[in-house]
Amino acid sequence: MTNPILRIENVSKRFTRMPGLAERLVGRLTGGGKPVVVHALTDVSLEVAQGEVLGIVGESGCGKSTLGRVVAGIYAPSDGRVTLHGKPIAREHSGNIDKLTTQVQMIHQDPFASLNPRMKVGETLAEGPRYHKIIPSRDVQARMRALLEKVGLEGAYADRFPHQFSGGQRQRVAIARALAMEPEVLVLDEAVASLDVSIQAQVLNLFMDLRRDLGLTALFISHDLSVVRHVCDRVAIMYLGRLVELAPADQLYADPKHPYTSALFASVPTVGTGKRVFEAIKGEIPSPINPPPGCAFHPRCPLAGPRCRMEVPRLTWAGVGRQVACHLNDGGVDSKGAPA
Amino acid sequence: MTAALELKGLTTRFQTRTGHVTAVNDVSFAVQKGRILGLVGESGSGKSVTGFSILGLIAPPGEVCAGEVLVDGVDLRQLREEEMRKMRGRKVAMVFQDPMMTLNPVLRVGDQMAMAVRVHRAMSKPAAFEEARKALDAVGIPAAAERLRAYPHQLSGGMRQRVAIAMALLHSPSVIIADEATTALDVSIQGQILAEVRKLCDQTGTAIVWITHDLAVVSSLADDICVMYAGRIVERGTAQQVIDYPRHPYTRGLLDSIPARHAPGTPLPQIPGSTPQLSRLPTGCPFRPRCPKASDICATPPPTHAIDGQTVLCHHPLERS
Repeated sequence: MTNPILRIENVSKRFTRMPGLAERLVGRLTGGGKPVVVHALTDVSLEVAQGEVLGIVGESGCGKSTLGRVVAGIYAPSDGRVTLHGKPIAREHSGNIDKLTTQVQMIHQDPFASLNPRMKVGETLAEGPRYHKIIPSRDVQARMRALLEKVGLEGAYADRFPHQFSGGQRQRVAIARALAMEPEVLVLDEAVASLDVSIQAQVLNLFMDLRRDLGLTALFISHDLSVVRHVCDRVAIMYLGRLVELAPADQLYADPKHPYTSALFASVPTVGTGKRVFEAIKGEIPSPINPPPGCAFHPRCPLAGPRCRMEVPRLTWAGVGRQVACHLNDGGVDSKGAPA
Repeated sequence: MTAALELKGLTTRFQTRTGHVTAVNDVSFAVQKGRILGLVGESGSGKSVTGFSILGLIAPPGEVCAGEVLVDGVDLRQLREEEMRKMRGRKVAMVFQDPMMTLNPVLRVGDQMAMAVRVHRAMSKPAAFEEARKALDAVGIPAAAERLRAYPHQLSGGMRQRVAIAMALLHSPSVIIADEATTALDVSIQGQILAEVRKLCDQTGTAIVWITHDLAVVSSLADDICVMYAGRIVERGTAQQVIDYPRHPYTRGLLDSIPARHAPGTPLPQIPGSTPQLSRLPTGCPFRPRCPKASDICATPPPTHAIDGQTVLCHHPLERS
């Protein structure tokens, strides 16, 4: 990797729910009532280069949003660390949280929930830069108008409230708010998922334009494989809190190495007639509270062998710039052979 | 042959402070037995209101004000409310995006399914439970007998949606309306359910109206496709006609804006503007302000063109290339 600016090193994130009083009392009698631990992220390591857009793909419960929030400094990792230019992203309760977290900005899925309905969008945009003194206060108004124009809205819209905008326009405002902080890294969490098809293309085009003009570095979190292919340089596939495959986008789509990645591609409906059969993945996504032993995908994997039930596969190299966590890739065993 | 479901000129409007808003405007289509019709549109296009109108579930300030809803040749709009209640679930059933709209959270799955069976058929409780078990089997739920004893919250989202589909199937209805039934599910679970739906439709002969915003889902699942915009059906044809040879500029724009159809990183063709508000529609063609082919004549109501059963509501339909 040339010049990675963002490093995610062995990051794990666990959420613990303590039992309530009633559960503890019942627990005394039944032996239950212990804290419930959700393993949202387990030992995830990634590097993102300057100007790169890294796609994070997976189904619900795979930890992709948790990863985005750890990178944005919203959650502190339980283990491991995230660094930007070698300096750790702020941890909760630490003194320097203010300075560091402004360098990573997040754009959320639902622009109806992420904008304050009682603030004019101009005020929403100005709040962060003003607080962090990123822009001299006499320039704020002009800068906000320029930002609105940059995301394809009119400068005069600064005096409007969010309810006066459509969904696509609100998402443009959310993007402008993130850019107002002059971030080094953007985290987009399902940023186009709630938009109508015709509006989604507008916002994707805007993102690609901004990326070209500003040289943005971004984590693009999405469940939509075709959108990810369109805008990302590399793609990480996650399953139940772990990274299972990492590859340049063109290679991943042409030749997926992990059985989960292949199965995911096979179950996505594509526009085009004639395709009638869904090669569906069997079974359900297991609970992250009680993940299966060994490879988390083994209960649903058509190629699983005895070793897959016992041993967690490590992320290993599978070509130039490609990594995959699957026993089938181990020790030169080809993807069609049985696991060693 | 009588169609399982036929709509003729269905029109539904809502009274608002500023006047009437026509959410469904002169909608006509037919679905034959054993076929799946994909009803596609963006938010506010009227696709869900069409579904609710078919089942007679429009409450004031809304009103179905014109048209016929023929199920096996019987016009549901002529029925009294108590007759209509006998049709719902037995002849026409609905599956919603959120299965918790269908399921009662405080009843076991088996109890509520047996209740749904016994509403329409005189049957002992054990026999009704057996019917429920068979329905769960049919939608691919493993260990169906055990699931009958579960409460909805003990099931995953995908399982709940399967239960909702199983409930819709209980009386082998002529028509099932599915409104964004897989939209909230993960792709791997969606794939499983779409495969089951296709199989059930072929086996039971139930006609299905699959309402969705997702063109990829309908193009893989549906036999026929209707595209809605601002309350009107702007294009109608077989799935192949609509996907491969769209003739309405809006359908064409929707298909062109799909990222998978373009080389990665290239600018996507986009439809300008935003989805219209029904209270502020322009005169004539509602797509006019966003349409690349719009001309002066588009301010007048668009005519219907039909070739080989593919109909399009437009002054400037695209050539079939």
